[in-house]
Amino acid sequence: MIDADIVVGLEVHCQLDTKSKLFCGCSTDYRNDGPNTHVCPVCLGLPGTMPVLNKRAIEYAMRVAKALNCTVIPESEFSRKNYFYPDLDKAYQITQYDKPLAEGGYVEIEGDDGKERKIQLTRIHVEEDPGRLVHMGNAERGRYSLVDYNRSGIPLIEIVSEPEMRSPKEARKFLNKLRATLEYLGVFDSEKEGSIRVDANISLRGSARVEIKNISSYKGVEKALTFEVTRQKNLIRRGLPVDRETRHYLEARGITQSARSKEQENDYRYFPEPDLRPLHVQSWLKDIELPELPDARRERFVQQYGCSLNHARTLTGELKMANFYEAVVAGDRNGLCNPAATWIADTLAGELNYRDMGIDSVDAKKFTGLLVLLRAGTITDKSGVEVLRVMLDERLKDEPVETPEAIVSRLNLAKTSGDDTALLGAIHEVITENPKAVEDYKTGKNGALNFLVGQTMKKTRGRADPGELNQLMVESLKSVEQ
Amino acid sequence: MAVHTISFEPEDRYNAFLKVCATPTHGEGKLAGIAIAVKDNISTQGIETTCASKILKGYIPPYDAHAVGLVKSAGAGIAGKTNMDEFGMGTSTENSAFGPTLNPCDTGRVPGGSSGGSAAAVAAGMVRMALGTDTGGSIRCPAAFCGIVGLKPTYGRVSRNGLIAYANSLETIGPMAKNVADVSLLMSVIAGHDRKDTTSHDRPYNHIPSTDIKGLRIGIPREYFGKGVDPEVAATVHRAIGRLEELGGVTVPCSIPSMEYALAAYYVICTSEASSNLARFDGVRYGPAVDTKKSWHAAYQDIRKQGFGPEVRRRIMLGTFALSSGYYGKYYAKAQIARENVRKDFARLFSDVDVLCGPTMPTIAFKLGEKSDPLSMYLSDILTVPVNLAGIPAISVPCGKVQGMPVGLQIMGRPFEDERVIDAAYAYEQVAKP
Repeated sequence: MIDADIVVGLEVHCQLDTKSKLFCGCSTDYRNDGPNTHVCPVCLGLPGTMPVLNKRAIEYAMRVAKALNCTVIPESEFSRKNYFYPDLDKAYQITQYDKPLAEGGYVEIEGDDGKERKIQLTRIHVEEDPGRLVHMGNAERGRYSLVDYNRSGIPLIEIVSEPEMRSPKEARKFLNKLRATLEYLGVFDSEKEGSIRVDANISLRGSARVEIKNISSYKGVEKALTFEVTRQKNLIRRGLPVDRETRHYLEARGITQSARSKEQENDYRYFPEPDLRPLHVQSWLKDIELPELPDARRERFVQQYGCSLNHARTLTGELKMANFYEAVVAGDRNGLCNPAATWIADTLAGELNYRDMGIDSVDAKKFTGLLVLLRAGTITDKSGVEVLRVMLDERLKDEPVETPEAIVSRLNLAKTSGDDTALLGAIHEVITENPKAVEDYKTGKNGALNFLVGQTMKKTRGRADPGELNQLMVESLKSVEQ
Repeated sequence: MAVHTISFEPEDRYNAFLKVCATPTHGEGKLAGIAIAVKDNISTQGIETTCASKILKGYIPPYDAHAVGLVKSAGAGIAGKTNMDEFGMGTSTENSAFGPTLNPCDTGRVPGGSSGGSAAAVAAGMVRMALGTDTGGSIRCPAAFCGIVGLKPTYGRVSRNGLIAYANSLETIGPMAKNVADVSLLMSVIAGHDRKDTTSHDRPYNHIPSTDIKGLRIGIPREYFGKGVDPEVAATVHRAIGRLEELGGVTVPCSIPSMEYALAAYYVICTSEASSNLARFDGVRYGPAVDTKKSWHAAYQDIRKQGFGPEVRRRIMLGTFALSSGYYGKYYAKAQIARENVRKDFARLFSDVDVLCGPTMPTIAFKLGEKSDPLSMYLSDILTVPVNLAGIPAISVPCGKVQGMPVGLQIMGRPFEDERVIDAAYAYEQVAKP
């Protein structure tokens, strides 16, 4: 089976970053507070309470609809999705069913073949988040669950794609693009825990469609789908059927698991919510002004700063990274456009990812200082990485972050120069300690020079400029020949 | 503002109250010092509110229904919570988990329902006014059976915020009292827009009832005097309509063909909405909890089986079925079409006539236990449910007696013309005064 036979569709639920909940005035800023502290009779679903729609949430959803080229429906409505679960206080979720806010539209991604592809959207609708169960106890003392309704009533949009992605990687790209777009629109904060949840459906052409429910991380989507591809391929290879079913993704183990049969056959008994009037909001569209979106910014980065397409794509793929880049190269006084793109998109992004840090924990001024040192040739690239790591680690440990200059001076990282006795001494030592390599060099073995240079680099802890060191080494070896 | 108290210690021989507030406080205003009874499905802050159901026993709302807040602000005191059919599901107040209310006119008979407690409390003179709710006749039926006045306002004219929902698209809070003037007074307090009920309208009611109905065009739908309507009740109502003609009203015979499907549509819609509304009663947040080691869904089943009475369980099951995948189109969607036809029929009639008149109920109050078969009980709602399907205002005003029991004249009007039905009822009441 070739991978072109994979078909993936996503249902992405994102929390809209409004100040108050979807149907009441409770604050959405609950993450640092105790359980059940951001609740009122409405979001607790107390008898007799009625939903009052948060206009801002609809406006946010319409920004998304406009940005993703969807068609806003002239009359949409809310419906009740009925099911029992302890975190669902009313025993129904107010959502949109057969009359969603918007239909159609697309998200453009870079396909696995390197070409831009439009992934068509089915619809976008608005709904409320349920509360949250916290599981307590243990096997010996008995298990129980507590319910926290702080999350109950947080506005969500659900964005449903057509099954048009052809690999787990494309799904990841779709998700990243969506996240970037929503953040550019100012309606979504991806760093808030649990702010995105994804249901993915996947089928290998010709076999049944499997739905993976409730994946709560960006990486999880790609991992869960990759696991499913392998699992389904194995089944097919062994001549076994792939069941049409719902599966859960177990984040910790990186696997999917079949849901209980009860969860497979829910009948949600949708019907229109009688306590809310139908929505007629199409006319709001003309008043919605969109900011510069990721694609436009990417193009601008290429044009204005001369970034490579790949760097531009990475830099603009996250709002904060794009802003960071522009803060660093502001006015381009220091001719930093190019090194900044490499250093941010490649080095910094990798180091942040390794530490699970966000880019907003990096001081743009200090980072710019580092680039200036590099550009002036004060330190080598290798030392630059070391300085960066020190700064990030200090930040991670909540220690005061030193300036790059201070780190260079404290760790003695300033680049060695040709008349630097320490460097010449190191070269001399290396030549003395490695007669065999010197011999090899003399007999014309190419690798020998690299080895000797590498050994010297080690001794100087990367402070030597590689080109310069190379030249000095060759000269020194000449004197050995004599 | 000075706070005063009322002493309220009624001898409740009819089991009209589920909860009596012996010394309610009151302030100044239109209703200063008046003790008002509130149906137990309307939320009252700090006062237990059960909907006459075991499943809400012990539930004390942390907030007042909008209408309750308004009557308090107008100076009234909350005298207590009145008995009802559990969650409003019934036409007799026999479906209360806390025993039936008796009809003060004849304690062997039902007071009607579901606002039977409110009607009995007014009829027995325990309170001057009461708040009821009307989903399919629940204000008008007990008003007719107990011989008082009850107004079902236009849908959206009184906020439902705080009314514990049974069937949201049909129901409304409304005033009940001994006479039209008091009903009008209470209506003037509770009507108006509430931002917490998005289906409410900014249509306040500031009206002094008038007896001038000269030239009022009165439609007489033949269905209101047809099969199933007690001939003596029909004759009494006809005589009352005759009095309206004497006052200058012009009667016009007419027909509401969609009535044929109204009852069926009503029961599909109300049970569907109820099955969803009542799903939240699971013992997790309020009401009695089950002490159980079972998993949550098994515990839900237990508490709901124990907590709901048989009629409530029946309607939840009917509604669940009607909304089920594969049946939605057959039942719920069809019921909405029938509802639209009822609306259209009323709109058509109201392009010609100003009000429609007929009996409120097809019979006088029946005996306790007489209607043990649910279907025959449902059939007695035939003359009241069309009004709820159309969302129009209707009033029931006493218009004589049959076998010593009161009969109600029902007057229905155009949407937001509550004033006009009040005037017609007032005119009749003034001329019929003994």
